[in-house]
Amino acid sequence: MLKYRHVRNLGFGGLEHPVMNLLGNPEVCTNGAILDLWHPVVPTSEIEVGIVRQVVLLGQAVSYSLTAPGTYFAWRTDPAIPAGTVFMPSVVTENLPVLHRYGYLWTSLGDPSESLFEIPEYDEPDRRNIHAATIGVYCSAPRAVENFLDLGHFPYVHTGVLGIEPHTEVVEYDVHVDPENNELWATNCRFFQPMAAATSTTGKTVGYEFRVPHPYCCLLYKTSPLDSSRVDAIGLFVRSVAPDYIEANMFLSLLDESSSDSFIRQFQQLIFAQDKPILENQNPKLLPLDPRAETPVRSDKLAIAYRRWLSDLGVTYGVLPKT
Amino acid sequence: MIKLFDYILSVNCYKQRLIMSILDVPFESIPVDFYPGLEHKGEEFKKINPLGHIPVIDDDGFMLRDAHAILVYLASKYDPTGLWYPVNSPELVGETTQWMLFAEGTTNTASAARLHVNLGYEFDIDSCREGAHRLFRVLDEHLWFREQENRDWVCSGEHPTIADIAIFPDVILSEEGGIARIDYPAIRRWTDRVKRLPGFLPMPGIFPTADARPLSHEV
Repeated sequence: MLKYRHVRNLGFGGLEHPVMNLLGNPEVCTNGAILDLWHPVVPTSEIEVGIVRQVVLLGQAVSYSLTAPGTYFAWRTDPAIPAGTVFMPSVVTENLPVLHRYGYLWTSLGDPSESLFEIPEYDEPDRRNIHAATIGVYCSAPRAVENFLDLGHFPYVHTGVLGIEPHTEVVEYDVHVDPENNELWATNCRFFQPMAAATSTTGKTVGYEFRVPHPYCCLLYKTSPLDSSRVDAIGLFVRSVAPDYIEANMFLSLLDESSSDSFIRQFQQLIFAQDKPILENQNPKLLPLDPRAETPVRSDKLAIAYRRWLSDLGVTYGVLPKT
Repeated sequence: MIKLFDYILSVNCYKQRLIMSILDVPFESIPVDFYPGLEHKGEEFKKINPLGHIPVIDDDGFMLRDAHAILVYLASKYDPTGLWYPVNSPELVGETTQWMLFAEGTTNTASAARLHVNLGYEFDIDSCREGAHRLFRVLDEHLWFREQENRDWVCSGEHPTIADIAIFPDVILSEEGGIARIDYPAIRRWTDRVKRLPGFLPMPGIFPTADARPLSHEV
């Protein structure tokens, strides 16, 4: 009962079957732009040596394990190697590519690039890199990313923590696509926050940058409460289980020597759990990429750019493509 | 000050935060890394609760575990009106106990479904959801009949009891577990009434009702 993150039955269809059906539709991803990317499987801290475990990625069952010498394996689930059994690397007929990065195991169901996007902060010696939680949400991956990129909702959804009325204005910020890595950035963002981080004691205006290096992964950089010349990095690495169901990994790289892991994790989980009912009630579930489908306001500049960027990348999974 | 061994997303911990907020009892929250750290299953925490679960309170050295037992203790000790745990009325204390046991059922069905979806706990999700709907149907009908008697709460008195506090979190967060409340209008009216209790404290996933001035207020 207490072992988590294994085979999860969403109640809509049998996960025993390698192809998952959600609401009666086949949900296996056939979108090359998504299949060729690296996707987070699970935090490596939760992987047990020598035991086969299983998750669903892009509608397909994927198994994974770790050997005693510390080698990670992932493969498309094979009924002959059931979850929960002892792992023998020799029985896997075809391995999926794997990476161990930022505290997560990553894999790909297509033909991925050699490396994952870089997070230089991760390797700075005075930082704490923390996996805060993996939380299941009934929403599409792009809806979760877009919500993460939005300053405007802070006073209404994270009232008293990340925002508070009447400080609701999102001042003009800059958006660009970094041509070298084809990453989407928003810079020069500023927002008044009553409690910007777990360590905050008073409200202040906080500088933000947002970065989208992957259709389903995003980061924000915000002024550190301890050192105003440096930033804390917070990442959202989404594993899309189905077009409208995700397991979201929250990653932090902080300049915080004093708070306990427990305190930092609970702060981050509090924020995420406030977003969850909003995400689960958005309609349509899939993010519409047609610019006329929803009516943006000025502060949605980054969201508009994100939707256009997804269109340009050819993303069709988790979205309603432009017609 | 009371120490509450606490986890922000736990319904059973929230029940304690809610009653202490309503009764205006100051407390210190001690975060337990329930997820993903499983701190409550560790050797250190088992010195606090050998059963390895939260919440636990430490009230000046008096330790108590189990959500509904803690509600009984807090209301008995810190509610001078005696209305939240109405021991002076045999009928009401019986009803309160009955509905607290009902809350064990909503925790084991509706809140178990939520743990499965949110945190990946291995439960039989279909039976959790079926069980929650069976209990919600009973609660909805019960609350509808209470309303016909001009009563607002699960027990038959005029004042809410810790039974309301025990059931409310499992119900209000049920949609996170995929259990819709659209078919339970009397439940929805009751959850709104709970949210309007003086001292009401939300938790992530529970939205407070909007602040509104009374109709008579002169602007």
